[in-house]
Amino acid sequence: MSDIPESAAPVRRPSKKIDEERRKLMRSVAVGAAMTCAALAGLLPQYVAKAAPRLRPPGALDEKEFLAACIKCGQCVQVCPVKAIHLADIQEGVGNGAPYIVARDQACDFSCDATQCVLACPTGALSHLIDKKEQVTMGVARLARPDACLARKGEGFKGSARGEAFRGLLRYAKVDRWKPRPVASQPYDLALCDLCVRECPIEGAIALEPVSTDPADRRRTPVVNKSCVGCGVCEMMCPAEPAAIVIDVSPGARAPKPRGAA
Amino acid sequence: MSAFLPRTIKGLALMLGKVPVKPAPEEMSADARELLAFKKTPSERKRRKEAIAAEREHEEMSWKWRSRRWASIIVLNGIFILSYWLDLQLVEGALTASRVLGFHFADLNSSLQLMLAHKHVVLNLVIGVATVFLIYILFGGRSFCAWVCPYHLLSEIAEMLHLKLAEKRLVKDHELDRRLRVVMFVIFAALAFGTGYTLFEAISPVGILSRALTYGTLVALIWIALLLAIEIVWSRRFWCRYICPIGLTYGFAGVAAPVQIVYNADACFHEGKCRQVCLVPHVLDMTKMSYGTEVREPIGPDCTRCALCLDACPTGALTFEVAGVTRPYQRPARPRLDAPAERVGAETPPA
Repeated sequence: MSDIPESAAPVRRPSKKIDEERRKLMRSVAVGAAMTCAALAGLLPQYVAKAAPRLRPPGALDEKEFLAACIKCGQCVQVCPVKAIHLADIQEGVGNGAPYIVARDQACDFSCDATQCVLACPTGALSHLIDKKEQVTMGVARLARPDACLARKGEGFKGSARGEAFRGLLRYAKVDRWKPRPVASQPYDLALCDLCVRECPIEGAIALEPVSTDPADRRRTPVVNKSCVGCGVCEMMCPAEPAAIVIDVSPGARAPKPRGAA
Repeated sequence: MSAFLPRTIKGLALMLGKVPVKPAPEEMSADARELLAFKKTPSERKRRKEAIAAEREHEEMSWKWRSRRWASIIVLNGIFILSYWLDLQLVEGALTASRVLGFHFADLNSSLQLMLAHKHVVLNLVIGVATVFLIYILFGGRSFCAWVCPYHLLSEIAEMLHLKLAEKRLVKDHELDRRLRVVMFVIFAALAFGTGYTLFEAISPVGILSRALTYGTLVALIWIALLLAIEIVWSRRFWCRYICPIGLTYGFAGVAAPVQIVYNADACFHEGKCRQVCLVPHVLDMTKMSYGTEVREPIGPDCTRCALCLDACPTGALTFEVAGVTRPYQRPARPRLDAPAERVGAETPPA
């Protein structure tokens, strides 16, 4: 203190303090802006990268409403008997922590007798208006690669639908109604491949129809009906690689989703 | 009880970023004024100095409350993880929302973000919010921060590193304006309402950490590492002090919580050790000599009840109390200042 000349002290000391205050304020503004940008970056995957929409669990509201209403807790993940539901990571931005299903790896097969995940959802992001599997509107099956479809080629199928190493589960109600079994443990021997129709959990959602009027023509094509809920069992079971039939989740393709909170 | 309202308003103002100021003598209670005058007597100064010098000889910070708290954070978060992996079904979900033995719990800030974005008051959620709200009305809102939040634990370890590095002059703490947290709270709320997305939730360390080990969403830990790195090299307890809207939400919830840390000026030597360890040192401003307005007062709503100050205080001037339950405090007998003979006697060293 005493080594500062008296004349200089009153001028220099307050200005230094004001300087530090100003720097502190500027730092704060910069940090605030940076954190706001970090939060806004959550919109990038959807609006800039145009990421493909996810298949959401049964009962999910329309994508935007769903993401707003979902509290990202994973209770739906915990109740699913076939562990079909996963939570998204941070690369999905605002979808971080929201549940999704990869039907090809493990479809929602309604082993739970329908909509345990809906009952578990604490916010109604999976709408509580739904209590039967037939009411689900996750998406709709679409024959994306008709040339790969065995039925369309008139071919049969023998062996495990997805190979011995496949770890997906399916409810084989005739074998065991209460415990889903590994798809790999149930080999097939089919004269004409009809796995998508045979294992579909929704009655009348999909059927094989002739491709021509010629009665000798063995070829059949899968035709998806309005009652399809988009559970993805057909996609999981399709022996073509990659699957000939997939779930389309675009809003135009599927039935309207439940609205609002319940 | 008459001091309750002004004290609460003062606490709220501090929480919202007000810089604490030295009170004018007329703002102090008569007891506080008398105590201050007593503490300023030469004999008291001398006694305090000697006591501090004696205390410095065996200086070691206690880990009593810190270890209890770390155990609490590890156990509570561990239950979420174990409950899922071992299928115990005790606690299902994450800290954002869960079922505890079937009862709904919902995080206050996550629910607020959700309702702002969704623009519906989701009835199922109201039960969970009410349950959590009740807990923190009692235990003090920000107890969540210190006793439950997994980021708090990591941040405390980062803080230890920061302090080690700062001691070696390798890093320096860059303070920010505390009002930033209020601004961020408003920005995050406005973003949720304006965009219809819960944008804060995507970067919330509570959600990210609470989900990571249960659901295997590990990429998001990069964001946590970045925040911790900022805290280690640039600004001490950066996230909790200046950004986190969750802390502020819980702070509001616990504005008048009966579980509180109480400061007792009678026992205080004004060494400032509590303020050095505190996450929110502005709440301890009354521990500076002549900054207190009461002899005993609870620490404001921004206090996380982390009790590091209890561990740090060498004289036991800070204690946990439950208002209305803990026994009324008996002030120690002290020579009266208005009795000249006694005062002179006190100042005269014993022969």
